[in-house]
Amino acid sequence: MATTADTFQAHTDEHHHDADHKPGFFVRWFMSTNHKDIGTLYLIFAIFAGIIGGAFSGMMRMELAEPGIQYLHTFATWFGAENPTMDQALHTWNVLITAHGLIMVFFMVMPAIIGGFGNWFVPLMIGAPDMAFPRMNNISFWLTVAGFCSLLASAFVPGGTGLGAGVGWTVYAPLSTTGSVGPAMDFAIFSLHLAGAGSILGATNFITTIFNMRAPGMTLHKMPLFVWSVLVTAFLLLLALPVLAAAITMLLTDRNFGTTFFDAAGGGDPILYQHLFWFFGHPEVYIMILPAFGIISQIISTFSRKPVFGYLGMAYAMVAIGVVGFIVWAHHMYTVGMDVNTKMYFTAATMVIAVPTGIKIFSWIATMWGGSIEFKSPMVWAIGFIFLFTVGGVTGVYLANGGIDNNVHDTYFVVAHFHYVLSLGAVTGLFAGFYYWFPKMSGKMHSEFLAHLHFWIFFVGVNLIFFPQHFLGLNGMPRRIPDYPEAFAYWNGISTLGYEITVVSVLVWFVNIAYAYTMGKKAEGNYWGEGATTLEWTLSSPPPFHQFETLPVIEDKDHH
Amino acid sequence: MSTLALEDRNRRTMLMAFAIALSMLGLGYASVPLYELFCKVTGFGGTTQVASAAEADLAERLASSAGGRTFSIRFDANTAVGMPWEFRPVQVTDTVSVGQRDMATYIARNNSDEPITGTATFKVEPEQAGIHFNKIQCFCFTEQTLQPGQEVRMPVLYYVDPKVMDDPNMEGVEQITLSYTFHRAITD
Repeated sequence: MATTADTFQAHTDEHHHDADHKPGFFVRWFMSTNHKDIGTLYLIFAIFAGIIGGAFSGMMRMELAEPGIQYLHTFATWFGAENPTMDQALHTWNVLITAHGLIMVFFMVMPAIIGGFGNWFVPLMIGAPDMAFPRMNNISFWLTVAGFCSLLASAFVPGGTGLGAGVGWTVYAPLSTTGSVGPAMDFAIFSLHLAGAGSILGATNFITTIFNMRAPGMTLHKMPLFVWSVLVTAFLLLLALPVLAAAITMLLTDRNFGTTFFDAAGGGDPILYQHLFWFFGHPEVYIMILPAFGIISQIISTFSRKPVFGYLGMAYAMVAIGVVGFIVWAHHMYTVGMDVNTKMYFTAATMVIAVPTGIKIFSWIATMWGGSIEFKSPMVWAIGFIFLFTVGGVTGVYLANGGIDNNVHDTYFVVAHFHYVLSLGAVTGLFAGFYYWFPKMSGKMHSEFLAHLHFWIFFVGVNLIFFPQHFLGLNGMPRRIPDYPEAFAYWNGISTLGYEITVVSVLVWFVNIAYAYTMGKKAEGNYWGEGATTLEWTLSSPPPFHQFETLPVIEDKDHH
Repeated sequence: MSTLALEDRNRRTMLMAFAIALSMLGLGYASVPLYELFCKVTGFGGTTQVASAAEADLAERLASSAGGRTFSIRFDANTAVGMPWEFRPVQVTDTVSVGQRDMATYIARNNSDEPITGTATFKVEPEQAGIHFNKIQCFCFTEQTLQPGQEVRMPVLYYVDPKVMDDPNMEGVEQITLSYTFHRAITD
């Protein structure tokens, strides 16, 4: 892309003996201020949280494999309920969907894609020695961990009908206020406060780093697209998360201190909560997907051995998605009772987002066009991303229509849609980034065979899970239910089969990581060859503990 | 580029970012009164309007010169969970001409053995009628306290604004439902 900086390789070597002085284990990993170590911590944390969140979805797919209630009572006892009643068992279902959603959004995708890859590669790609505020970076990480602990703790304390917070990731009032008596809901809200505070600090850090610490010669318009994506994401976090913080703080005071922000009896309005939540919630989905866009741009360019087609268009498409993302929120709440003009506006505004998104899809394909394409594992994952994300994008345009949404609102069609863009989109982007950068981070090559195998099993598995859910939704199966009529049994069975296949693919991934650390070849500095042109490829794999003590200079002649 | 040292520039950028975050937090809270104001002014979500007697007189004169269109008004009564009142309209439906003042009556009865204060929330359906539905007097403007077993008749004095005839969103609307829900007052 914008940078070829092999001119300064010598500098990093000079400093090598100083650069690799690492502190002891405890200080290094528990009091870390090094952006690469914090990135690693974020990635390990995200994998751990992802396993838990994924296990919750496995419990849900188990229960949904057949009509009737088979396992919920057992699950309820796992959280500590003794002889759970039917209502308590059903409450456990709500706890599962809530935990799955919150964990995957706040403790898996966000930490991995922003905290993990963002921390690791933003400073490397802009030629900075570290993040602007290394200690604040550390606080961000541990706030996220504390938030996760608070969320897990909520599952074991009373939350109204049963143990745990059973409100969905949207935490709608009045279910989350008068409907959930007990500390579980407060723990869950506190968890969001902590994770949100961590993300706001992280966003501040990224903005400062990207604005002030770029290497000489690296103008904003020469930054790699991944850095652009993190910059836009950081602004979205900064603008959206405080609104969520306000909304959930109002929930907290409504619950505990007698305010009536969302209580009609005291002059409040529960619909206002939905507006506030989705004012955050819609940018939030772009927060999860934009960095994946950035990763995919790097990969497609690398393995096509071409600069990205339409670099500026790609960068400003992300800016446009971010800006327009703030004025479309009510398309999540068409059914609250909205007049036709409001629906028309939100339908039109939502569809506008398809334009910059289309620019991105087009430019990725145009980058590949005429390139000398190598189907290395990150490239295969990236092409898989384009395919899966486009399917989710198309159903998104469909759902944007207020009239259609009246029919499919809160059905499995919506579940299929947002899992195609997030679970298959963002997560596929994460795996693409993982295989692209894992040898850079660890210094060990993974097995390309296992990486391809991982992709194909994953691709079959996730499509089997989520594609049939389109049919279920169009036929009227509501989301957030543990039981359903016999008519929905067939596709639900297929969906659960898909989950099992996906689990196998994740096992292949673990085997691949184990392979890399035990038998993996040592990775060179630039193991992907001449297509990989950004600054991280000028360093060794893994990069020295401190890099760029002499700043690299980006030459002016260099054009994308 | 500024001449400040990197550390100072970083601190300045950080403070600006925090200021943005803080103002968004403020905006979150400011949205509470702003949302209420927005609904009141625009009739969003079927929020009804409040009119003075003078405005009602004016509307009546305007309507009589403009010629009549009539609406069927339906009256709906609900009680929230935990509200032991019986609450119903005396008349289920009324037909009014545009601009014509009409009085509807609701009956509330406290079926519990303790005095209870209630407060009513209200809206109209379809929602685009909210901006045109004017109340001159309503029991929903204040809290109501009923003694055990007490039954009261509660009037609503309202009219449909003549501007309704110029509103394309109201074309084809023949019926407006006025709905109330009594909640137990928080202060109770």
